[in-house]
Order: sequence, then structure tokens, then C-alpha cells
Amino acid sequence: MRVLLPGLLPTALSAALTGLVWSPAVAADLNVKVEIPRLNVAEYHRPYVAVWLERPDQSVAATLAVWYDVKKKDKEGEKWLKDLRQWWRRTGREVHMPVDGVSGATRPTGDQQLTLSSDKGPLAQLPAGDYILMVEAAREVGGREVVKVPLQWPPKSAQTAKGKGESELGAITLDYKP
Amino acid sequence: MKLSFKIAAVAMTLAVGLPLSANAHRTWLLPSSTVLSGSDPWVSVDAAVSNDLFFFESFALKLDGLQVTAPDGTFVKPENASTGKLRTSFDVHLTQSGTYKIAVLSNGLFGTYKDTAGQTKRWRGTVETLAKDVPADAKELQVTQMQGRIETFVTAGKPSKKVLELSGTGLELQAITHPTDLLAGEAASFRMMLDGRPAANLKVTVVPGGTRYRDKLNELTLTTDADGKFSVTWATAGMYWLEATVKDNKPNLKPATDRRANYTATLEVLAP
Repeated sequence: MRVLLPGLLPTALSAALTGLVWSPAVAADLNVKVEIPRLNVAEYHRPYVAVWLERPDQSVAATLAVWYDVKKKDKEGEKWLKDLRQWWRRTGREVHMPVDGVSGATRPTGDQQLTLSSDKGPLAQLPAGDYILMVEAAREVGGREVVKVPLQWPPKSAQTAKGKGESELGAITLDYKP
Repeated sequence: MKLSFKIAAVAMTLAVGLPLSANAHRTWLLPSSTVLSGSDPWVSVDAAVSNDLFFFESFALKLDGLQVTAPDGTFVKPENASTGKLRTSFDVHLTQSGTYKIAVLSNGLFGTYKDTAGQTKRWRGTVETLAKDVPADAKELQVTQMQGRIETFVTAGKPSKKVLELSGTGLELQAITHPTDLLAGEAASFRMMLDGRPAANLKVTVVPGGTRYRDKLNELTLTTDADGKFSVTWATAGMYWLEATVKDNKPNLKPATDRRANYTATLEVLAP
């Protein structure tokens, strides 16, 4: 399939195939669970969400995910990326969206999973050190919120770290293991 | 009623944009956004002369001297311009990535004289209209050059610096902190420049918008240092109005003997 249809191979499938090759024994995993709360509002739109890693000096080490209206015609969904204002100021305005493996569609309410491995993607080049996982959500005709969860990378043992939003985000759970 | 935009050459001959009574008012441009993302951003800009910031309640600002500079330094034609009773509006299509400067420049003459009956008259115009408007037998003619610059800045994508370059004429703001990168709680640094040189010991007034809904103006009065520099710490997010005026005796338009150089900017401060 890969040989026959190289141009059509979806990113997710490509990643899955590559995933078969890596050895879990040497890779550290980072699982981020982002709870998108159910809100009782008259007009609800799924939030735009950015997930990124910051160094202690607030510089951006890696953007892990940006969930927005990727499918809107004429890239109209990108018009509102600036509403993720902290991400936009720190790094969003520097990059051209969409970014393979980072851009994704908006997610519905409930627990949303983000799974990253240290042997590919943004974590592959991440030097050891202290980081802050940043999760920012901005909702059309709604509010905005940032939740921060500190972590050390790479983990020496299996770790769980938690953060909690109050309005636009629910529980943020970080599971990471060597 | 249609506006004529003199884009190519904002000459020294522009008519002054303000009514005679506007001295006590505030002039401003108000962009719909200053930080934009997406592939096809636009801003709409209101322009007015008013007391309350930023409410169009007194006069529409004349845009004869409107000059929109794109990130690459070229001039861009504003679109959909219209003049109402209380405000002027126009759109700018941000086709380039980077920072745009939107400015209204003016350079004219203001005069007072006594007519043959001994009545004090006031006059505003240009070098060209002086001879036509002011009688040859006017007495005690006193002419002041009025040099004005009203600015705001908007950025599509990543901020850029080309439009921050100074013209070297009149009173200007040199941005040390980028003018579309301002955050509540943080300090921003600027420098006032007069004819391309630091304007030392100059009073700069900064007023947060929304004045209609509070009793106090909450203005900051700052003074530039020997190098023309000053720093502002923004208390809250919002639109801010910044103004400074120099009065001196260095006009470059005849027959003015004095000059009043004014600088006004609208700056947006975002929440962190």
C-alpha cells in the first residue's frame, strides 16, 4: 500500500506504520489526557486547544498539538488561532499551519487523549530538563483558559501529574514513563 | 463625499485634518484588531476626533493624509472608505505577513491676525491657501506650522520591523518594544524622536480607553529621558491612546515662525 499510493497515505496511517518499527523498550512515552468539559451554554462550539511544552524561561520547547477547524474552506479556521493568545504569542505566529502530526480537528467534550513517544515527533529532539506542559483552550463566543502542569523529561520512573481547569478545561492528566 | 487618498506622496502640502475647534479633542484611529492570524486577514479602522476614548461622538477624522504602509515598506490602498458625521471608516486588506503601519499625516499652517476692523481672526490652511485666505492688509499675522502624525499598528502573523523605521520629519515614536507585542503587567519602552533626533524631557500622555464609563481619566504622564526614552507599564489589557506635543520655533514651512509637532498613537495591550 505504501509503495502503491505514497502520495495518498494518510499521516495517521503513516505514523502507525512507523510505530510498528520502534521498540517500546527504549522509548519514553508521554500521555496527555485533556478533559473538555460539557458546558451548558446557548451556543456551543468546540474549543480550539493548543498543547505545548515550555522551558522554565517560558520559551517554547515543542508544540505537541493544536486542535482547530482544520477542514474549513480557504483555511478560515486559522483566522481564530490568535485567540489561543498565549500559544500564538509564544510560538503560533512563527509557524505555518497546518503542521503534520500537530494540527488536528477540534475535539468533542470528554477526555481527549494525546499520546507521544520519545523516538519520533516533537519529543524525539527534546533535551533532558524541566518543562511545563501548557494546555490552552479558547472557545468561539466563549472563554479562554490555560492550565499548566510541570514535568521532568525524560522520566526516571513512571509518573503521573495533574492539573485542573476551572472553566474551559477540566482535568489535565499527564502519564509518562521511561 | 468620496475620500481622496493621497497614498503615493504624503507631501508637505497636505491639508490639515482637523476642524479648528479640535485642539481640545483627541484624535485617534481604532483598528478592529491588532493581532491577526489566518490566510486572508482584514482590519476595519474607525477614525475620529472626540473627547471620550474611543467613542466617535464629535467629528469624523479627515483622511487626506492617510498612509498605510505594508510590512515590505510599500504603500497600500485602503478600501471601502466612508465618512460619516461622527467617524470615518476604512478597511485594510492584510495581504502580507508582518506589521502594517496605519498613519494619518498632516502638515499645515495655523494663523491668527487682526483684520482692518481690529477683529482677531483665526485661519487654518496651507502655504498655497495663505495668500488667498488671509487678506494682504492683515495685521499682527502670526503663523504656526502644525505637523501631525496619528498612528496605529496591526500585525498579521509574525511581527516585523520595517514599518517602524522613522521618516525623520516631525515628532515620531521609535518602538523599542514592538507596538503589537504589548502585554498587561509588562513594561514597554519607546523613544520620542523629533526630526530624527531624540526628544528629551518631553511630556507623554497615555490614557486607557473606555473613559466614558469611569470617573477618573487614569492617565499616565511620563517624561522622556535625555535620550528621548520612556517606559510604560500597562495596568490592564485594552486599547491605549498615547500623545505628545512639541512646540518650538523650528518650522520648515514659510512664513511660519513657530511649530507645533504632535504625535498620537493607538496601541493595543493584550492580556497575558
